[in-house]
Amino acid sequence: MDLKEWFANRKNRKENKEVAKQPMPDEEYCALWTQCFQCREYLYTRDLRQNQLVCPKCHYHFRCGALDRIEYTADAGSFKEIDAEMQSSDPLNFIDTEAYPRRQEEASRKSGLKEAVITGVCTIGGNPCAIGCMDFGHFGGSMGSVVGEKVTRITEYAKQNHLPLIIVSSSGGARMQEGILSLMQLAKTSSALKDFSEAGGLYISLLSEPTFGGVTASFAMLGDVIIAEPGARIGFAGRRVIEQTIRQKLPSDFQTAEYLLKHGQVDMVVDRGQLKDRLASLIAFHARARTRSRAQAV
Amino acid sequence: MATGEKKPIPLEFEQPLAVLAQQIEALEVQLNDNPELEGDLERMQEQYRSLKRSLYTNLRPIDHLAIARHQQRPYTRDYLGHWDPNWIEMHGDRKGMDDAAMVCGLVQMDDLQVIVIGTQKGRAIKEKQQCNFGMPQPEGYRKALRLIKHAEKFGLPIVTLIDTPGAYPGLSAEEHNQAQAIAENLFELSAVTVPVVAAVTGEGGSGGALAIGVANRIIMLEHSVYSVISPEGCASILWRSNDKVSDACQAMKMTAREILNLGVIDEVVEEPLGGAHHDYAGAAANLKQALVKHLKELEDLGQKQGRDAIRRDRQNKFRLFGAHG
Ligand SMILES: [Zn+2]
Repeated sequence: MDLKEWFANRKNRKENKEVAKQPMPDEEYCALWTQCFQCREYLYTRDLRQNQLVCPKCHYHFRCGALDRIEYTADAGSFKEIDAEMQSSDPLNFIDTEAYPRRQEEASRKSGLKEAVITGVCTIGGNPCAIGCMDFGHFGGSMGSVVGEKVTRITEYAKQNHLPLIIVSSSGGARMQEGILSLMQLAKTSSALKDFSEAGGLYISLLSEPTFGGVTASFAMLGDVIIAEPGARIGFAGRRVIEQTIRQKLPSDFQTAEYLLKHGQVDMVVDRGQLKDRLASLIAFHARARTRSRAQAV
Repeated sequence: MATGEKKPIPLEFEQPLAVLAQQIEALEVQLNDNPELEGDLERMQEQYRSLKRSLYTNLRPIDHLAIARHQQRPYTRDYLGHWDPNWIEMHGDRKGMDDAAMVCGLVQMDDLQVIVIGTQKGRAIKEKQQCNFGMPQPEGYRKALRLIKHAEKFGLPIVTLIDTPGAYPGLSAEEHNQAQAIAENLFELSAVTVPVVAAVTGEGGSGGALAIGVANRIIMLEHSVYSVISPEGCASILWRSNDKVSDACQAMKMTAREILNLGVIDEVVEEPLGGAHHDYAGAAANLKQALVKHLKELEDLGQKQGRDAIRRDRQNKFRLFGAHG
């Protein structure tokens, strides 16, 4: 059944009681179809997922959660999670219109995750590496103490085990509910990356839709190689805040991956379909260089 | 005459005190002709003193915020003038711009030669505009980074003075990669082997403040504030309302004492009664005393355990924020 047929059926169903006996409820059926934000085309969700959440018609890159990212990027079955159980506390007893612990529960219920980043080890094209993937679907991908801690730990792990590090960012910024402690995570993660860098570690930062605020102003911008996904919005301050401050309209492509590439802020923009191969090449290239320079030193 | 010696402009919560002061002044004028008013005057003066005490010991977070943002609050250049009238300013990022919102200089503090890096808000309208109201551009952070490297090369301790609403949210700021400029400062500042002491003197506005705040010791003036987002921003995002700024101030725990209790900073430096703008010289002296004490302790650490111990001390400090397990 194609989409037109389905809509026709739904219309009939309202008019015709016999068709209404169809067993499948509306929401379930809608979940089968996803409308593209860019070309407005209705896409069969299963096809969309098989295409790594990239619209086959217009090439729009849908936002990608941490688990999907790992599935599309790591070699099948190679990912092993680290620090899976770590969960935030409520250091400020923060309450706005709702208490922070309640908001955390709500976030976990919606995302199915404990926190806004998943970290672990995997292989990519056969190359072992440490990886962290953020998930905007959990609390807006915001960085509180646990996100900062997990990113720091995976960086330390990569240093100890001489692994290349990949961090996929997707975040609205620092988490307000943990106040100043969230801000300190910027320094904590950057400091760990400095140690990793001095030890000669390779860090590849992937900026995905969207990456803003405290995450951009710390680990996301510190990659030896920085890759952005097509169309991803990346910046420090939000577009609305800037427009209010400078009282002028911003260019329509402002803060997109392509705009950043033009302004010298990222090394490359890579399609999701090519990402795995590109990561594997980058890791292998640097590993070969290291083996060669070691051999020369001996 | 420095602004600090001008009469302090009362804040909204100080109005009852200002009214009482006016009444006392009026009574004093009448006293010559009516000596019998002496008793009334004494009673009012006592009332004034007790009101002043209770007012400043029961400040709400939003009152601290008002003092931190007071238009007469001493800024980086005021402190530098008091500490070392002969301090030498260093300009520019060597890449195309000199950001007036970031002031850098070579400063003699007692017997120590120090690099001071501080944000500057600007006082008169024109100066405020030049300083972009204390919001640095990426070029300002790169200028700071240049002086951080200078300090590392010559073994000079670093003092940073933080009073900024935040990094500037603008078109060219984004084009010139504000986020990268901040991130690079966090990255490099974490690893210098000279002592770094940061003081929040007014507003510590998020990443734009932290970019010069990765220090071995962090101290805050009594009425200064430090937060992950401005209370206005927090209120508009979480409460979706502009009248909830006071609630946001309270929820975020952004005052010096609250942040001390969270274990993020090392000391709260007392201000002259009513705030630093009541007495520039007093505030500058208190702040210098605290800074020099911390610098000397860190110098000591370096002498005993080597310069690398100073770096490790700083990295360990930040490593423990929000650590789990
Ligand atoms: Zn499309």
